[in-house]
Amino acid sequence: MSDTEDLVSLPESEAPTRTDLLVVDHVTLRFGGVVALDDVSFEVRRGEILGLIGPNGAGKTTCFNAMTGVYRPTSGEVRFDGDRVSGRKPHQINRLGIARTFQNIRLFPEMTALENVMVGTDSQHFTSVPGALFRLYRKRPKPEELPVVDSHNGLVRAWQQTRLVFAKVFGISRHTLEERAGEQKALALLRFVGIADRANELARNLPYGYQRRLEIARALATEPKLLCLDEPAAGFNPAEKEQLLKLIRDIRDKGYTVLLIEHDMRLVMGVTDRIVVLEFGKKIAEGTPAEVRDNPKVIAAYLGVPADAS
Amino acid sequence: MKGIFVDFDALFGHLGQHTVDGLSKGSIYALVALGYTLVYGVLRLINFAHSEVFMIGTFTVVGTWSVLGATDSPAIGTVILLLLAGLVAAAAVSGATAVAVERVAYRRLRRMNAPPLIFLITAIGLSLVLSEAFGIWQGRLVKGMPTVIERSVLFTIGNTEVTNVQVITVLAALIMMFGLDVFINRTRYGRGVRAVAQDPDTAALMGVNKDRVIALIFLLGGLLAGAAALLYCVRYGNTRFNVGFVLGLKAFTAAVLGGIGNLRGALLGGLLLGVVEVYAATLTSSAWEDVAAFVVLVVVLLFRPTGLLGESLGRARA
Repeated sequence: MSDTEDLVSLPESEAPTRTDLLVVDHVTLRFGGVVALDDVSFEVRRGEILGLIGPNGAGKTTCFNAMTGVYRPTSGEVRFDGDRVSGRKPHQINRLGIARTFQNIRLFPEMTALENVMVGTDSQHFTSVPGALFRLYRKRPKPEELPVVDSHNGLVRAWQQTRLVFAKVFGISRHTLEERAGEQKALALLRFVGIADRANELARNLPYGYQRRLEIARALATEPKLLCLDEPAAGFNPAEKEQLLKLIRDIRDKGYTVLLIEHDMRLVMGVTDRIVVLEFGKKIAEGTPAEVRDNPKVIAAYLGVPADAS
Repeated sequence: MKGIFVDFDALFGHLGQHTVDGLSKGSIYALVALGYTLVYGVLRLINFAHSEVFMIGTFTVVGTWSVLGATDSPAIGTVILLLLAGLVAAAAVSGATAVAVERVAYRRLRRMNAPPLIFLITAIGLSLVLSEAFGIWQGRLVKGMPTVIERSVLFTIGNTEVTNVQVITVLAALIMMFGLDVFINRTRYGRGVRAVAQDPDTAALMGVNKDRVIALIFLLGGLLAGAAALLYCVRYGNTRFNVGFVLGLKAFTAAVLGGIGNLRGALLGGLLLGVVEVYAATLTSSAWEDVAAFVVLVVVLLFRPTGLLGESLGRARA
């Protein structure tokens, strides 16, 4: 344990290159006798959509987990923006700028969609525990931040008036302001992914497609530099896949770098800039979609023909 | 003939009186129960050392009052000062103890992914260590303290007399419960707590600092146990090195009764248990109150295995 904590603070010897956001550097991962990843190297460049594909069991998700710090590579390392990823705690990796979604949806089922996204926005906020408990750190509110008095119900109106006076006299706590900012940002993200109409429903009650989009919104809420999507189209029909493609492009156009794991070849071909292909834990090809599509090894891997059969 | 003598007149003749008494007794259970339920909701761990966190709180109150030179029934200004000082000191010391318990005993086990049984044994061991250490340090006899609030009847409804101590106890518990509810449901840390309770690994990947959330729930549990300790001192006027044992057991029972992991369940379970105990003590004798408490637990769990309000901190939302 102690050695990993030392590693975290070590300055990186290798200067980060300008274009590479994430570098997977000769990563090998063994579980007992099983080699899940065998000397895999590739990089994710800033502003691109990189596809990571391969048949089932090829090690895509394992690779993903190594990149997001869930697993620690047996040898080799993963660097993000020049910083070593392994050895950090998951929330620190998130703070570095990596956010992800899950192949099997993992939302917080008993929270509303909005709250799910706000868990993400919270990672950007600064209120301390005493600050949230006692609300002593207060700011003089700007006019637009004051509570509105708009009810026609006398009692409610009186309550709103009281709050207005209170806010004018004592100011508004930073916690409240951050909560509101977080809520606004979360709502904007829900609109961006197209599910704002059910923001206040419990996540477990949302339809499947909404849940997938909610995961993306929650990941974006942490303001990542790299968004990793693990089979986001699993279980989607063609029309839904088309919408998802558009969403992924929109995300890239907003300046995010996207890593996409997928085994639906058509989806990957249609949206990615480059593709890395894994099979049995090894990288067998890398290149543009067109290059990869014509690569005999890839065809063999997907169609089950031995690569060296000729 | 010797047997159980059931005195219905004693109970129903003063039903209101016994209910009020039970509620004030139950408020203390509820505050301690919240500590069990918070930790269980997030870690699925029964923190048996929590009863000692409470015990240390009561000794802190004794110490604070003796430092401040408390006497029997002082002037009203002094009463308020003593109560506030006792509350702040007990909450601070209990909170710090609870956080220290997590740091020293549980955090390393969590890092090593120890099986649940190991946590449980550690918790029991730690509970014994703390209480016996206080037995050696403070002696094993009951420790008295000045009666800071002289019990007096505040108001009367029918034949029910409500005393100042009862009002203070119940109000304090309700206020703290309300505060905790707001904190868990409407603040960023509360959201973090609920996220970790529902899916710790995912929460961590979304930027929630798991260790911090866990330290936080121990702190909150400790603060509430400190408050409970003050109320206990006001109500009973004495403490002992093993005061946490039975009270902790009752509070844990209250948490299970309401649905462990459920904050509102802890409140409901605590109040209910207090009332049941007082009723049972009135019907027969106080020797039977513990029997009644656990019989109610068994019966409730037979019909609702997850407790009255169901479990899971994640579900305990507005």
